[in-house]
Amino acid sequence: MVMTTLLSKHNKKVKEDLQQMTESNGKTKISVRDLNLFYGEKQALYSLSLDIQEKEVTALIGPSGCGKSTFLRTLNRMNDLIDGVNITGDITIDNENIYQSTDVIKLRTKVGMVFQKANLFPMSIYDNVAYGPRGQGIKSKKELDKIVEESLRGAAIWDEVKDRLKTSALGLSGGQQQRICIARAIAMKPEIILMDEPTSALDPISTLKVEELIADMKKDYTIVIVTHNMQQAARVSDKTAFFLNGEVVEFDTTDKIFSVPKDQRTEDYITGRFG
Amino acid sequence: MARPPVEKANKRKYMLEKLSGRVFLFCALLSVISLLLIIGFVFFKGINPFVAEGYSFINFLFGDDWVPSEDQFGIFPMIVASIYATIGALIIGVPIGLFTAIFLAEIAPKKVAKIISPAVQLLAGIPSVLYGVFGLAVIVPFLQNNLGLAKGQSLIAVILVLAIMMLPTVVTVSETAIRAVPKSYREGSLALGVSHIGTIFRVVVPAAKSGILTAVVLGMGRAIGETMAVILVAGNSLIVPTSLTDSVRPLTTNIALEMGYAAGVHQEMLFATGIVLFSFILILNFVLAKISAKGGN
Ligand SMILES: Nc1ncnc2c1ncn2[C@@H]1O[C@H](COP(=O)(O)OP(=O)(O)OP(=O)(O)O)[C@@H](O)[C@H]1O
Ligand SMILES: [Mg+2]
Repeated sequence: MVMTTLLSKHNKKVKEDLQQMTESNGKTKISVRDLNLFYGEKQALYSLSLDIQEKEVTALIGPSGCGKSTFLRTLNRMNDLIDGVNITGDITIDNENIYQSTDVIKLRTKVGMVFQKANLFPMSIYDNVAYGPRGQGIKSKKELDKIVEESLRGAAIWDEVKDRLKTSALGLSGGQQQRICIARAIAMKPEIILMDEPTSALDPISTLKVEELIADMKKDYTIVIVTHNMQQAARVSDKTAFFLNGEVVEFDTTDKIFSVPKDQRTEDYITGRFG
Repeated sequence: MARPPVEKANKRKYMLEKLSGRVFLFCALLSVISLLLIIGFVFFKGINPFVAEGYSFINFLFGDDWVPSEDQFGIFPMIVASIYATIGALIIGVPIGLFTAIFLAEIAPKKVAKIISPAVQLLAGIPSVLYGVFGLAVIVPFLQNNLGLAKGQSLIAVILVLAIMMLPTVVTVSETAIRAVPKSYREGSLALGVSHIGTIFRVVVPAAKSGILTAVVLGMGRAIGETMAVILVAGNSLIVPTSLTDSVRPLTTNIALEMGYAAGVHQEMLFATGIVLFSFILILNFVLAKISAKGGN
């Protein structure tokens, strides 16, 4: 009796140690300091500061309209496309301030993005995946073939599509299309992948496949994922940031956010008592 | 007790429904009937010399000489002139029109696009004779002075005027097609680290392909059917053009120039010229239908 308690205590200790080890091993990949974002007059983000660790999955949760997508899109400067957006504060990736350097193309090569709705181009599966590498000037068919296969394998969809690479990508199911989108992002060999509600338009089985994929991709990529699905955040992420009205209310390990949230508002939200 | 009046009111509604249906049908039929009448009339008149009077249709299409007074009716030089003029206008007008459309839809700041777009549309509303006058007053003397031509009225003058005239069609239709490309395609491409211009040419334009082709075919129709502006700058010589500086007489011009005084077989041959022209337009429309059917898939 005493033995078993001791043993379980020991196990717990080991687990915590392990956790601390992985935490301390983590290197800061993205560092956000005092970030404010305005759509014209309207402020959408209020002095955000957080550090995102390398090769971890960071989930962004929070009610609709709280600024999750807006924040995600500041990380690859997709907000630059919108007229009247104004940003103050600093975002550094690998110690480089992404808003001071003007090479957006380089940034977006390093930081890939997967959108809420699969947005494959009206071309073949192959051409979709090869699209980014071709843009970088890779022409050799052999090299492209290799990248396409690797990327499709990386997105766990190679076996499903290997016989129909030359057919239109738009003929695939929604779940398959979303995984091709992930393959398309992987083909650029990015270091960071941003995902904005990647499974919100998918059925449960496709969702599961994408989640497994994310868990698997973690060893190679730093992933930031927006999700409305609490279970999903709990399942796939290491850290979770809770957004509310353009602010980060709480940012901590996913375990802590979902078991012992510090802020009452976080607790209300994850238990569904919100609003 | 309350029932009968309600039914009565309904009856009136049904009557009205039926009646308005008939009015719409009548209007629709009217345009179809006028189309059929015009085609019928032109064909009836134009076929006559070949069926009733023993003229050879082959000689008509491929004959080099058009001398009505000597009973010679060959329109080959005019067919060639029409085709050259149309192709030439496409070569100049389509790239300019497409680039303008791309600029307006993708690159220009909203304020600039808001000024240029309506201006281009206004270009479509200018009566064609004014294009001809412009060609005659500006383009023809320019060619005369700069190319050392004896006469500035030439194939190249026709091509330039037609290229300008097709611009509004090409620009407006392709701009609409480009704007209809979903924003998600652009975002997808930009997020992959592809530049703005790269995105335009690798994703946006291909996605708008069928709309752009439609624009080209419509512009082509405009060019091949244009008459008034062409008369003023073509020079109207009856030769098969061998150089851009040759004076030419396209099909439309032939009809317009001679129909006023022609009679008998001569007149019927002008109608036959009309049939040839009409066939070109029909083929274009057929192509257009094919394109839009493909674009729908
Ligand atoms: N292009 C824009 N122009 C102006 N305001 C915008 C724009 N995009 C977003 N907003 C506003 O910014 C705020 C944050 O929007 P955002 O899309 O980031 O929310 P979100 O957390 O992603 O919501 P959801 O969960 O519904 O996707 C909202 O109030 C929204 O109305
Ligand atoms: Mg969002």
